[in-house]
Amino acid sequence: MSGTFVGMPAFPTAAREALADSQLRHNLAHATGTIRAKRARVVAEVPDWEELRLAGAAVKERALLDLDTQLVRLEETLTANGATVHWARDAAEANAIVASIAKTHAAEEVVKVKSMVTQEIGLNEALAAEGIAAWETDLAELIVQLGDDLPSHILVPAIHRNRAEIREIFRSRMAAAGRPAPSDLTDEPAVLAAAAREHLREKFLRAKVGISGANFAVAETGTLVVVESEGNGRMCLTLPEVLVSVVGIEKVVSRWEDLDPLLRLLPRSSTGERMNPYTSTWSGIHAQEEGPSDGPQEVHVVLLDNGRTRALADEVGRQALRCIRCSACLNVCPVYERTGGHAYGSVYPGPIGAILNPLLKGVGHDDQTDSLPYASSLCGACFEVCPVRIDIPSVLVDLRAQVVDAHRGGVPKPEAAAMKGAAYVLGRSPRLSALERLTGLGMRFARRFGPTAWTGARDLPDAPGESFRAWWQRTDGGRKDDA
Amino acid sequence: MTDARTEILARVREALAGSAVEPAPPSARRDLASVATPEVVDLFAERVADYRAVVERCGADDLEDRIAAALPAGQVIVPSGLSVRVADAIVDDGTLTAAELDRIAAVVTEARVGIAETGTIVLDHTPDQGRRAISLVPDTHICVVREDQVVPDVPDAIALLDPARPLTWISGPSATSDIELDRVEGVHGPRTLHVLITHPE
Repeated sequence: MSGTFVGMPAFPTAAREALADSQLRHNLAHATGTIRAKRARVVAEVPDWEELRLAGAAVKERALLDLDTQLVRLEETLTANGATVHWARDAAEANAIVASIAKTHAAEEVVKVKSMVTQEIGLNEALAAEGIAAWETDLAELIVQLGDDLPSHILVPAIHRNRAEIREIFRSRMAAAGRPAPSDLTDEPAVLAAAAREHLREKFLRAKVGISGANFAVAETGTLVVVESEGNGRMCLTLPEVLVSVVGIEKVVSRWEDLDPLLRLLPRSSTGERMNPYTSTWSGIHAQEEGPSDGPQEVHVVLLDNGRTRALADEVGRQALRCIRCSACLNVCPVYERTGGHAYGSVYPGPIGAILNPLLKGVGHDDQTDSLPYASSLCGACFEVCPVRIDIPSVLVDLRAQVVDAHRGGVPKPEAAAMKGAAYVLGRSPRLSALERLTGLGMRFARRFGPTAWTGARDLPDAPGESFRAWWQRTDGGRKDDA
Repeated sequence: MTDARTEILARVREALAGSAVEPAPPSARRDLASVATPEVVDLFAERVADYRAVVERCGADDLEDRIAAALPAGQVIVPSGLSVRVADAIVDDGTLTAAELDRIAAVVTEARVGIAETGTIVLDHTPDQGRRAISLVPDTHICVVREDQVVPDVPDAIALLDPARPLTWISGPSATSDIELDRVEGVHGPRTLHVLITHPE
């Protein structure tokens, strides 16, 4: 079982630890550099990329602003297609629904398609508590699960691991989970991928219950879409008798043709490919003219809120719900590239995580979440690459204001106290003059006893012998002799 | 206590209440292509090969021989409606289990649409392509695409495809970029994708 983000320290503390890990920084710089170059190459191929971004943003925005109608429509069409629709207000409700379906079929194990939402709700841990083993089948998720690790990237959760570390995890951990790694395992990516194929195949072939998320859900047709690379998704969506898909309510799009901009935007932004190797779409249960149905005979869809309606109510932050989980914003972020994903303390790291987590959970409740809107230099690279034009910097600034507002009253934070002090001093000229005379002394004091979080990485400047205002008064703005 | 459905829908309505934002109008649809030009078919062949799939072009009367030459050692399965003859093939009747399919080396199918810009083949699993499992579990997938099935780009394909069918979009053999973001071909799906693009005689 992989670990948990519960109890993670606030971003500045976690980031400092991550920055001290030179192996991690090397792995991240290599991986993000590779993916940035690939994305830039395939995005440059598309002459109307900006139009495509606008179309992608419009498709998602339209569905979000009409979400109640779209969800009711989706429920209707899914049901008409033979699927069973469930609604879950929060993680606990969703986990209970999935566990009860697995138990109905006496399943002791389930196979999983890589899915952010099931990570968000901690489904694997919840199933384990019910005695059901949930096997991750995406290569990177498998690496994280076998290594008892935490995901650090949306697309490539094991991005913080290099090939030598992965080889070691496979050698020492695969045997306990099923078929062991071959004894002649090398650290060649192709050899490691082949070992994962052998290890997981027996699980695919015997699984009775498959679990997935969905990249998109089409209201008009009752169709779910899963975008993937390895074929593990196709295995989980096709071979088990029962399929349960947990779908965040923001995944809905209105019409079938709305998939067009999204299916062109996502792979180029995500893996830097013209198209991902496999995309599967299904609309409930697919009966065949003869023989059993093509794919699962029982199909469930769990529509999940878990904070999404809270985010929807935020008129500035609402746009974060357009996110299609491509992770382009992580790969270009100077903060993410240096700290990695674990420092964000969530399955959603990077710039999108810095806005999505506070929007889903609300600010003012815990220091970890409240620290995330500050985990950015506001450089704007994330907005520039976002395929659905989420203005992450603007949302970050708005959330910072919300964090400050949430802490009004009670004992003020040092920053709030400093701002109050500044307002008092700057409000009256004599007060400012008095303080200016003390600046030199104050600086010397600060250098000696000041907050090391600031001075640890920066020099405090020397205070000038005379303030500008004092010089102006003495020399009449330089007209008198400046002696 | 209200049920989850009622409460979630109420929360959504409350969240959107008073929101004066007008959604942007849907983007203008561009004209969809009707006929596959030779340039479009050339691009399709080039882009499929880019993913390290094997790509061959041949005449319809040459197809049987090309398929025979492409088949690996071992058993081959075909869907019941395949329009080309494959010697010694098992014709799928929907009864083979996943474990039985795992012992079969190759599958031959047709396709619904080829997308040139992205080098993608789309299966809609009608009888010329068969149920989803047969084109997934065997390690070699030989796929026949007719030139007149190739369209320029994704919107053209979306317009042609029927969402009521299960669809599988395939762009090259199974691959992963999960180790240091290096692309490696061959994980769980067929590790060899062999595409035969046919033109009528």
